[in-house]
Amino acid sequence: MTMQIERPEADELACRELVELVTEYLDGALDPAARARVDAHLATCDGCTTYLDQVQAVMAAAPHILPEPVPPALMQRLLEAFRAGRSGM
Amino acid sequence: MEANGAGRGADPDAALLDGLRAGDEAAFVTLVERYHRPLLRLTRLRVGNDAAAEDVVQETWLAVLAGLGRFEGRASFRTWLFRIADNRAITRGLQDSRTVPLGQVFSDAADNEGRGWTVDPDRFLAEGQPWAGHWAVAPASWAPDAEERLLAAETMAAITGAISELPPAQQVVVTLRDVEGWSSEDVCAALEISPGNQRVLLHRARARLRAALDGHLRPPA
Repeated sequence: MTMQIERPEADELACRELVELVTEYLDGALDPAARARVDAHLATCDGCTTYLDQVQAVMAAAPHILPEPVPPALMQRLLEAFRAGRSGM
Repeated sequence: MEANGAGRGADPDAALLDGLRAGDEAAFVTLVERYHRPLLRLTRLRVGNDAAAEDVVQETWLAVLAGLGRFEGRASFRTWLFRIADNRAITRGLQDSRTVPLGQVFSDAADNEGRGWTVDPDRFLAEGQPWAGHWAVAPASWAPDAEERLLAAETMAAITGAISELPPAQQVVVTLRDVEGWSSEDVCAALEISPGNQRVLLHRARARLRAALDGHLRPPA
């Protein structure tokens, strides 16, 4: 019988499974054994490392997206209400 | 600033709330600006359009000002704010007599919205092969100039657009967690959902955003 040296171990993660674990992984919500399997897979898989890097890049960019300013008319109405309430104290 | 007791962390809005109570207009403006996007995303779940969502945001702040004296700080300000906003949105958006609790809106979305794999199964090798489940077509790196391109206005516009195209519950969760930087605990408290459901929605949202950004940044063939 030919030994297939390149065959993955039975308890190793496949990439298809890892991509479903990235959010738990980044939240620190995986148990230590699962986290170790993810780390072991990432150590040898460029594809999954790239995928995780890209998810983290999106997370890093998210706070910098286009702002959602308060419409001036709305802010003005709220300030008038605030001032009216304050003077009534 | 008064010292906080052991246990729960200080309310991130504590100083602004003190200012609000003291009649500090700048504190009020800061709060309104800080919560404008979160409130719009939240209220948009219940009401049919952006104009109505803005009306609900206005009503929410008026209710906050009227009820500030009753806020005891047992929950965080943002949780209280979201409770008021959702009540205002329900009143505005009421179509029939049945109202789905906010937590159920999100748990239903976690159960039904965008189920299944978050990456196209065709990207992976099929069953029966030695490397079944591993990348058939691995993600292409966004390098070499990825960092500069990521922060470019064009890319920010692409991400903003991609977020606006997410299913509504995913949009709320990723906005609160990744855009606004809220903790998982704060999001779960404000939306009345479990960490698990919150994470499911966040997971799907991030996968979609990565795919959208990949389409935008992928190096030319």
